[in-house]
Amino acid sequence: MKHTLRQVFRSGKFLFGFSIFVSLVLIVLIYPLLVPDDPLRILGQGTFFPPGIYVNTYDSINTSTKYTLNLPNADVRRLESKLSQEDRLAMREWLIAAGIAESEIDIENTSSLLALWNSNYDPKKSIPGMTNARRNYFIRLNNSLKGLTMAGDLVVASKNAESGGLEDLGVVKDTDYVNISEVANVRLLLLGTDNFGRDMLTELVTATRVSLQIGFVAGLIATLIGLTLGLLAGYVGGIVDDIIMFFTNLFTVIPSFVLLILISYSLGQEQRGAFTVATVIGFTSWVWTTRAVRAQVVSLRNRDHVNLSKLSGHSIAHIIIHDILPYIASYVVMALILQISSGILAEAGLSILGLGPKTTEVPTLGLIMRWAMIYQAHIQGNWWAYLPVLVTIALITFSMNLMNTGLDQVFNPALRD
Amino acid sequence: MGKVILEVRELTTKYVTRFREDVYAVDHVSLKVEEGKSLGIAGESGCGKSTLALSLMGYYFPPLHYISGDIIIDGKNISGMKPDDVRKSILGREIAYIPQAAMNALNPTQKVIHFIEDVVQAHDPTKSKKDIYEMARALFESVGLPASVLQKYPVELSGGMKQRTVIAVAVILGPKVLIADEPSSALDVTSQKMVIKMLRDLMESGFIKAMIFITHELPLLYNVTDDIMVMYAGQIVEKGTAREAVFDPLHPYAKGLMGSIIVPEEGLRSAKLTAIPGVPPNLKKPPAGCRFADRCKYVRPECRVTSIAMREVGEGRMYRCVMSEKELREAYQNG
Amino acid sequence: MAKREQICLEARGLTKVFGFGRNKTVAVDHVDLTLYEGEVVSIVGESGSGKTTLAKILLGLINETEGEVYFQGQKRDIRSYRQKQEYWKNIQAIFQDPFSSYNIFNKIDSVLLDCIHMRGGRRLPYEKKVELMAEACRFVNLKFEELTNKYPFELSGGQMQRLMIARIFLLKPRILVADEPTSMIDACSRATILDMLMQLRNEIGMTVIFITHDIGLAYYVSDTVYIMERGRFVESGSADKVILTPSHPYTKRLISDVPKIYEEWDLSTV
Repeated sequence: MKHTLRQVFRSGKFLFGFSIFVSLVLIVLIYPLLVPDDPLRILGQGTFFPPGIYVNTYDSINTSTKYTLNLPNADVRRLESKLSQEDRLAMREWLIAAGIAESEIDIENTSSLLALWNSNYDPKKSIPGMTNARRNYFIRLNNSLKGLTMAGDLVVASKNAESGGLEDLGVVKDTDYVNISEVANVRLLLLGTDNFGRDMLTELVTATRVSLQIGFVAGLIATLIGLTLGLLAGYVGGIVDDIIMFFTNLFTVIPSFVLLILISYSLGQEQRGAFTVATVIGFTSWVWTTRAVRAQVVSLRNRDHVNLSKLSGHSIAHIIIHDILPYIASYVVMALILQISSGILAEAGLSILGLGPKTTEVPTLGLIMRWAMIYQAHIQGNWWAYLPVLVTIALITFSMNLMNTGLDQVFNPALRD
Repeated sequence: MGKVILEVRELTTKYVTRFREDVYAVDHVSLKVEEGKSLGIAGESGCGKSTLALSLMGYYFPPLHYISGDIIIDGKNISGMKPDDVRKSILGREIAYIPQAAMNALNPTQKVIHFIEDVVQAHDPTKSKKDIYEMARALFESVGLPASVLQKYPVELSGGMKQRTVIAVAVILGPKVLIADEPSSALDVTSQKMVIKMLRDLMESGFIKAMIFITHELPLLYNVTDDIMVMYAGQIVEKGTAREAVFDPLHPYAKGLMGSIIVPEEGLRSAKLTAIPGVPPNLKKPPAGCRFADRCKYVRPECRVTSIAMREVGEGRMYRCVMSEKELREAYQNG
Repeated sequence: MAKREQICLEARGLTKVFGFGRNKTVAVDHVDLTLYEGEVVSIVGESGSGKTTLAKILLGLINETEGEVYFQGQKRDIRSYRQKQEYWKNIQAIFQDPFSSYNIFNKIDSVLLDCIHMRGGRRLPYEKKVELMAEACRFVNLKFEELTNKYPFELSGGQMQRLMIARIFLLKPRILVADEPTSMIDACSRATILDMLMQLRNEIGMTVIFITHDIGLAYYVSDTVYIMERGRFVESGSADKVILTPSHPYTKRLISDVPKIYEEWDLSTV
């Protein structure tokens, strides 16, 4: 037994899968201790804030100390950040139309582009083929560019509640800086927010935990049912075998996912907690375990060591527990791992269809996918709303399948290389 | 004395286990097989006889490693050759090998003729399929196998037929030496007899020049080969003609082995089978002296000191023991 | 040779059919068998002759399709598992492959303890059990002290089969079915195993059924020999009569195909 365990942990594949899985579990366990937020708390007003560090503007203006830094190229950077790619393309269009050689225009170099624009743009110049609306667009563009290049201080004022007048509070210069550690409210949103404005990372970690729990419960239920029925059918045989195999075959013919959808639908939205869904998944996916366990037991039943155990006067229960179960234990563990990973996938599939757990209580990996899909994150390019979830699901199933393959190689020497 | 076809001098090979332990399964083995003769190798499981069969081919791949010694086939030393060269120019042409349970190694999705084409074309890619078919048909008919077998799949053949087919495929290129490792032990007695007859026919027709036959069944060996060598714990302990080895063994282990022969013949029921107590030594750490010392009835203190050399008594008759022939015979008489 | 007085086990028209319809195979076909107390009987057949199936029916490990078995004059009734457990107190087995005969998760002690418990020794003090186990091991030339806390697969094939005999020594059954007990072990250990079996038989006077493909072995050990071909007995009688003067062509062929050392082995008859 010890020897087998050592061999299992010597298998590279198993070890790799196992370490991915353990890291995931550790993250799931440790993260809530570090960030004890409610995962479903709505932080942002608006949908899909991109990932990044959010600094409170109010607090940063109100910090007690202000620093003046004269950083080189600060102006250029500011300009660059304000001049969108669309504007740059429009500027190039006008310049080319006005007869500037295309090779002279470098739209990536903001300062040379602006210089070229300022020296050439003439709102009165009529360019053949250009509509009025287009000409007005360029006039507007020119005005906004003027505003950009105009360097000036910002005045911060507050409204007097009595007189309604503005009171000057101070001036923010373009060389003013705040130290981010002195700003009272800074929030790191590593994965941005979802469509409801919830912190995506916290939600994802909680969802991973819930999905793993669902997977474990579903896998355990499926394996327990499969093991019991398989042992009964395989060892007892006869009419018991016939009845069990009749139902097993029946469930094999009906795709379990269809069954899952029907049961989930008939339960209704209100009845579907995470663990109800897990139980439903467990009760619809025992079929393959039953078949596999039965096949193993049938071949074990006529082995000499079982015959010897019978001849030694052992009861049927003793034989099943001592002479059959240990021999199929490795197999059952492998089946359990597969069942867990397929349980997680089944939950994700159900949730995407809108038949997953109730949406107001806990997030699951499938539910996050569903929300991202409904709010069209994938169309708008809000990758942070669905890609991390996809990667997490992939990592979980990948690590579990890898562990399974590793175990398979240890227990079936024929597959060893 | 005929021409020597296969000569092996002091061949030593080892296995490396998964735990990096060395197992010296073939330890300074020397043997000679003359043209038209066959040599039998007898011994219990784990004595190194199958490893010897593998080592004789000169084709080493992990976990089997060559350490020292020469293998000379028809005057050509193959022991220093690269594995690839051995595979291309020696295997099949000079030496053919039939492993244990070879009949189960046939690919079930291919016809028998395909295996023959494979073997022939690996050595002579220019040969046409028609020529190969004619060649195979001639060989099959000469050993009493119907030519229709060539167009069949392995599953359509019975166990005995399959085994004979495997032998035919192995010797299609007319090798000088055939090494057969337990070619008949998984078969029932009638099929076994047919396999033996086929091997004898191949030898008599001169299609193969010499044969090494490995088995643990002594009555079979006695009926198949001219000479018998007894192996124990990686070493040869007795060598002689089949008659000498079976009816007049000198080494105490060979004596014990011959005393355990069971045949359905008169006199067996009253005979007492000899039993050798104990188990063979661990080849990871072979004892310094005689390897049989722990199980030997006649063990003396000097047996355990240094390794025992082979003693030669008469033409090709050898044994590995500290006692002289006379001493041994007296000991056996006194029981 | 045992005196042929009391019938120990009798089979009448024993038949076993596997499968049904087109897949139907008759493994054992209306076999009649009479075993006398203390006799050694061999059932000889090639692979596929149904000898192992017959052995398992006699052992009660598989149910016969047709026919009756009489044990010590009474019709055997082993329909319930409890009845089987009673029956197995009288009949035991040694299997062909020692490596698959033991549960690899059980230690040697538990194998032997099971036997003591089956003989009603569950309440014995532990020291007494150890004494019994040590005695059994001594009988088969094994040292019990060296075996405790070991697993059967740590032993050699011959030692495992000896442990099997130690089991029989503790169980003292009326009948022993030995299914090719020496075919997987070396020639040198074979004699030891056979000697021990015969010595045990003489000591506790049990009846032994040898199942073997080796006609020489059958001749060596048994009083009576049955030759089995395709589920039927084609010839039976005393060992000397069947082996030395066979009458059925199948027996003749079987004997002539076995390599011999004293007579010429005729290769031309294949």
